[in-house]
Amino acid sequence: MLQRAAQPERRYTGQVTPLFAIGSAPLEVDRIAAALADAASGSAASDGAVLTFLGLVRNHNVGRRVRYLEYEAYEPLAVKAFERIAREIEARWPDARLALHHRVGRLEIGEASIAIVVRSPHRGNAYAACRYAIERVKQIAPVWKREFFEGGDVWIEGATANPDDERARAEAERLACA
Amino acid sequence: MRVTVRLFARLRDIAGASELARDTAPGATIGEIWRDLAREFPELAGYERSISTAVNADYARMDTRVADGDEVAFLPPVSGG
Repeated sequence: MLQRAAQPERRYTGQVTPLFAIGSAPLEVDRIAAALADAASGSAASDGAVLTFLGLVRNHNVGRRVRYLEYEAYEPLAVKAFERIAREIEARWPDARLALHHRVGRLEIGEASIAIVVRSPHRGNAYAACRYAIERVKQIAPVWKREFFEGGDVWIEGATANPDDERARAEAERLACA
Repeated sequence: MRVTVRLFARLRDIAGASELARDTAPGATIGEIWRDLAREFPELAGYERSISTAVNADYARMDTRVADGDEVAFLPPVSGG
């Protein structure tokens, strides 16, 4: 237990809201945005745009009537993947900054599974970095959704996660800048 | 030597466990550990070309060698967001 206590606080259920986190509690986008503003305290006054994106559980998928989703994650690697995405954004859009939380467990229709917050001096880079972040999550974050629909359930399997796949990264950047 | 294998999503369902302890030869690669698992749970074999892998919560490759006490994770294609 002592060893666990020494780990940095990663769960947003704690007192401190981290910039990158996985957890089962409902996402609180205002807290995430406040944490990002605090982290940017030195330059917050120069930011002219804050963009928030929420990914929601919807009631249909490829013709199936979805009842609910269950998410799971390899939490320590997922947080590292979020941090990697933040570094990629810093390299591509140096004035944009990212916070990202993903929820796990059972999520009902209409609930948010992911919250992304981006700050930047201007809206253009904030929009691009936000789109880039969600595309990269879908490519490299070790998170899985199991869809429970009317008539059965299925694990959704998307991209083979490979952070070093430059073609995939470039595709995310292309979508971000489209 | 002994490693802990972590399995996620459908891989976990196939093996019926999220965590397995496995004895391996010194210097074994992740690929060798995977092939042993796929012999044990033949349904895993179909994932050979689409899985990702990690050691101690960092992405790794199938030719990465593992050490005693390592945590080796096998990850099916991801679907976050």
